[in-house]
Amino acid sequence: MPEDLINSFMTGPDENGRFGDFGGRFVSETLMPLILSLEAEYEHAKTDESFWAEMDFLWKHYVGRPSPLYHAERLTEHLGGAKVYMKRDELNHTGAHKINNVLGQIILARRMGKTRIIAETGAGQHGVATATVCAKFGLKCVVYMGAHDVERQAPNVFRMRLLGAEVIPVTSGRGTLKDAMNDALRDWVTNVRDTFYCIGTVAGPHPYPAMVRDFQAIIGKETKEQMMEAEGRLPDTIIAAIGGGSNAMGLFFPFLDDKTVNIIGVEAGGKGVNEKMEHCASLTGGRPGVLHGNRTYLLQDDDGQILEGFSISAGLDYPGIGPEHSWLHEIGRAKYVSITDVEALEAFQLCCALEGIIPALEPSHALAHVMKIAPTLPSDHIICMNMCGRGDKDIFTVAKHLGFDMKI
Amino acid sequence: MTRIDAKFADLRAQGRKAFVAYVMAGDPDYDKSREIILGLPGAGVDVIELGMPFTDPMADGETIQLAGQRALEGGQTLAKTLQIARDLRSTDNTTPIVMMGYYNPIYSRGVDRFLAEAKEAGIDGLIVVDLPPEEDDELCIPAQKMALNFIRLATPTTDDARLPKVLTNTSGFVYYVSITGITGAANAEATNVGPEVARIKAQTDLPIIVGFGIKTPEAAEAIASVADGAVVGSAIVAEIAAGKSVAEVLAFVKSLADGAHRA
Repeated sequence: MPEDLINSFMTGPDENGRFGDFGGRFVSETLMPLILSLEAEYEHAKTDESFWAEMDFLWKHYVGRPSPLYHAERLTEHLGGAKVYMKRDELNHTGAHKINNVLGQIILARRMGKTRIIAETGAGQHGVATATVCAKFGLKCVVYMGAHDVERQAPNVFRMRLLGAEVIPVTSGRGTLKDAMNDALRDWVTNVRDTFYCIGTVAGPHPYPAMVRDFQAIIGKETKEQMMEAEGRLPDTIIAAIGGGSNAMGLFFPFLDDKTVNIIGVEAGGKGVNEKMEHCASLTGGRPGVLHGNRTYLLQDDDGQILEGFSISAGLDYPGIGPEHSWLHEIGRAKYVSITDVEALEAFQLCCALEGIIPALEPSHALAHVMKIAPTLPSDHIICMNMCGRGDKDIFTVAKHLGFDMKI
Repeated sequence: MTRIDAKFADLRAQGRKAFVAYVMAGDPDYDKSREIILGLPGAGVDVIELGMPFTDPMADGETIQLAGQRALEGGQTLAKTLQIARDLRSTDNTTPIVMMGYYNPIYSRGVDRFLAEAKEAGIDGLIVVDLPPEEDDELCIPAQKMALNFIRLATPTTDDARLPKVLTNTSGFVYYVSITGITGAANAEATNVGPEVARIKAQTDLPIIVGFGIKTPEAAEAIASVADGAVVGSAIVAEIAAGKSVAEVLAFVKSLADGAHRA
């Protein structure tokens, strides 16, 4: 076997669902048989051409893939350094990368004969994507959403309801994304026979982190091909925002073995990564622990109690991160940084003004890091960031922070 | 032989069923929960499940989750939970104490350190909901090496093919979860539970204790009659949440214990 194959970063997870020490299957016994049968179904689907043919067809005709790779000329000029590209996953149907993964999971659910789909959602993008695909296939859909998020993401709640989903505001715990995930797991434990849990990020018990990554890897795969076409070479740096980390894992994964490519994940720094924990930067401000079925970096106190994150972006507001990111962080293959709310808001406005693209607050974090490093790099350095969602859902939040009165 | 093994040998010799009570350490506050827990053996409790509060109790219903929140807001820590066990041991050296909860607070403390402290505090066994047999190397095997029982949950979804995996490395007793669902939810039905207990008994000599969805003395009696004992948690915790006095809570516990012991 050639050396570059032996040293691959792309072989994980192992048969126990571990990426190094991270990942695993930390769930109650009631759920174990369910995740084992999901794993078997996914292992079968992975090498089944008819599964991928169905995915490809829907990606093309329903989602609108491939999404464009776009050279942000005015932004590049403004920053005066590296050449900036955007992978335009915000142009997907439903406005974000989330649907890439939802399609895969729903096709699996149909193959498994499941008739009821449950999901958790933070900003509402995963909930909208799940409700959308369920509507398309005539499946019952129940979305758990923290009561606090229901309030700050009202347009997405209405979208989900229009699409026929039942949205359940979660008030248990503190009523946030992690509590929504707890309640989704409680639902699953109760309705084991007919229900499929469609997780929205690269976290949860094995096989979810690997499966969601594989469905999102279409982002990186296309980026690679499109970059070869546009520039005749790979990018020097790829950058993506991270809450749970699915858009980032999707972009990063196909590049892991391309050792010339710098990989940077951007966590939500909230009001700043400090001891007051007013951020969601699990890697830069947390330590390893076990939550929601996997071992990964978590925001927690000295006694192992989970802390709430804080971010302007509801989609990044999660105290954990996908286990594969924890592993990439520890082995040093990817670098993780954090960006504050203020920096993300600046990037948001700059992107609107210079490129005519209203970005979601999540990729605004990635863009803010691009703004930091691009001016320090030469003009032949190519950066590609993942524009993983559009900002329509965020205009109310942004208006509030900019002191703009939206009352009609 | 642990206190758990001794207790079940004793119960078997007397032809009695076991009554197991769950109380969340630190709920509603440290002092009151300590008083309740120290009173459990006198109320007829054969095995104490000492709940360890956790912010994200994924297998529990609202009643237990709120109890955990009250405890954490009151400043409950793993160290304080162990102290309650230590205090109980100073007055009672036979009633087994099983700590029940989730893995992260244990992992955060460090498995070796936690096991040494638990052993020293007089803990006899552990039930850690989010550690299935697939993760035995984490805590189960190290606990067994320290002569602490690791009690596993078996559920309606644990089929015959999987059961041996669940029973391997299980000791003390088997906790059969009577329903698919969370604590304090649906009612356990003896007619459904009986055949399931028989199914598990065909593969193990360990006592089978049934929990989840048992709320009344009558239900405790009905379930205990088709198993080796019954667990009540949420119903007791609900009394504490309602602000009942220590004496009232213990009187309710005694009525449940009497129910199970009639079986």
